[in-house]
Amino acid sequence: MPKAILYDSTLCIGCRACEGACAERWGLPYNDKIAAEETISAHKLTTIVTHGDHFCRRLCMNCLQPACASVCPVGALSKTALGPVTYDAAKCIGCRYCMQACPFQVPTYEWSSRMPRMRKCDMCYARQSAGKLTACAEICPTGATFNGERDALIAEARQRLAAKPDQYYQKIYGLSEVGGTSVFFLSAVPFEQIGLRTNVPQEPLPMLTWRVLELLPDVVSTGSVLLGGIWWITNRRAEVARKEGPRK
Amino acid sequence: MTAWLRKLLPKITVWRVIFAAILLSGAYATYLRVFHGLGGSTNLSDKFPWGLWIGFDVMCGVGLAAGGFTLVAMVHIFNIKQYRPVLRPAILTAFLGYLLVTVGLLYDVGRPDRMWHPLVMWNPHSVMFEVAWCVTLYSTVLFLEFLPMVFERFGLDKPLEWIHRISVPMMILGVLLSTLHQSSLGTLFLIVPEKLYPLWYTPVLPLLFFVSAIAVGLAMTIFESWHSARAFGRALELPLLASIGRVLAVAMSVYLWIRFLDLLHRGAFGLLLRNRTETWLFLLEIALAVVPTALLYQSRIRRNPAALYFCSVMVVFSFIANRLNVGITGLEAGSGTHYIPKWSEVAVTLSLVAVGFAIFRVIGQYFPVFEAHSPQAGLLEREEREVDPLAVG
Repeated sequence: MPKAILYDSTLCIGCRACEGACAERWGLPYNDKIAAEETISAHKLTTIVTHGDHFCRRLCMNCLQPACASVCPVGALSKTALGPVTYDAAKCIGCRYCMQACPFQVPTYEWSSRMPRMRKCDMCYARQSAGKLTACAEICPTGATFNGERDALIAEARQRLAAKPDQYYQKIYGLSEVGGTSVFFLSAVPFEQIGLRTNVPQEPLPMLTWRVLELLPDVVSTGSVLLGGIWWITNRRAEVARKEGPRK
Repeated sequence: MTAWLRKLLPKITVWRVIFAAILLSGAYATYLRVFHGLGGSTNLSDKFPWGLWIGFDVMCGVGLAAGGFTLVAMVHIFNIKQYRPVLRPAILTAFLGYLLVTVGLLYDVGRPDRMWHPLVMWNPHSVMFEVAWCVTLYSTVLFLEFLPMVFERFGLDKPLEWIHRISVPMMILGVLLSTLHQSSLGTLFLIVPEKLYPLWYTPVLPLLFFVSAIAVGLAMTIFESWHSARAFGRALELPLLASIGRVLAVAMSVYLWIRFLDLLHRGAFGLLLRNRTETWLFLLEIALAVVPTALLYQSRIRRNPAALYFCSVMVVFSFIANRLNVGITGLEAGSGTHYIPKWSEVAVTLSLVAVGFAIFRVIGQYFPVFEAHSPQAGLLEREEREVDPLAVG
């Protein structure tokens, strides 16, 4: 059963424990200075962002049909059956198409390194495979970040919206965005007010390029016949003209 | 300075000084790239991962080299033999262009030591994977199309004969590969509907990229013929270039018409009322395309070498503006950031262009790239050459 994360902004107190747990899981340094950074980067794969009275988390959405995995020329990124989108740094050539393609601008790059890698949250693939919770969900003191099976989390989110209709903006972010993601957001205010992108397409992005790419065999086969045929006709015409000589 | 020393050193001219300055700055930028990574040599960021090296070096480089496949198709497949005199310079431009694109990619890619990975680690769903394969294969085809110039230069008849035997399937393959990756450079951006400004984002991006590549390939042929005529003191093939100018006018009209229909059907014309940077960049790009197209319909303009040259330069600039708009400026607002290339990015780009010009000049001087001819000699040669329509170049 695919896993997911439910982040409930109304429960988040902005303690940043998830940031610290995430840094520890990746072996990254974490201190007050890094805690103050409210952007994700190659040394901070998740962050709490303050929007007035509300908090929001930034992390990889682990989309159901990830644009990053579809554009990667070497297949370094893959969507696992468990849910996480994983990255194989040994394959990566550093073209950064995944960063360009991601509608949430999640993948980051080790810009100052001479042997750079792309960096992003992989929803603790190793931990979840071993039956454990993601590091961020395990440490969260209020249950704002909740880890579990995707279907169960959707049901849970719907229940929360129904139980307290006046406390929630009545939508689940991630249900239909880019065809669905593995991270859901609940909020007290409309999503754009806590910095979530609401202009992303509601259909899976990989379709946009695949619609063109799947024509490739047709273009190649039709093209070779067409060009070969044209060559044959024009060449034959020249041959005939030459054989007939200066008759006219 | 003593006289013998002066004889030994190359004559100092303004162009040589500029050339040396560009290469020096390029060398220092290369040092930065190698020892301080992309962070130390570019202004790229997590929000803006592609810059000048993709937007210009790759996207413009591949397009400006499109004369190679356009003229191969015209001369060898459509059998329009009159364009033969400009075929070899076009093939040489294309070959050098693709070499430089590859070098540019070595700068841009984070792990250039793994450039070969797409050839063994496949992801057929990736446009980038397809482009990588097409560019690799087409560079090989261009090398084979260039080889006859080398074989002729050194009088190697046997290999020349051998290469003529495979020339037809090879040329067809070359045209197909070009069609695929020229359009695929547009397909690359279909994945960013929410980032690319709607004046440029359209589902027909692949078609637009393909048609504009054909047009700019023709413009580059006029451009390089004009320059090599000056550099090598040859007579300009004016009737021939004028006729290419006519084809260019048609290609540009087709391109502009598709562009117009696309904006119309997407209801995007209203965007032009907004006073935004994108509007002005779009208008500049379109003006640079419309003006030469209108001018080239007049035979008076086509037969005037200077006017014909300036029309082709405008088409080239319009093309560059378009690729930069799609690859860089049109993405800035959607990415929520600004990007101005660092000096070292510009230095590498200028160095690649300068090296391209220099190698073209050297090869043009020492290899049979240009056929020495007056228009009459060209006619004679054409009749004589018609005997072997399979010959490459």
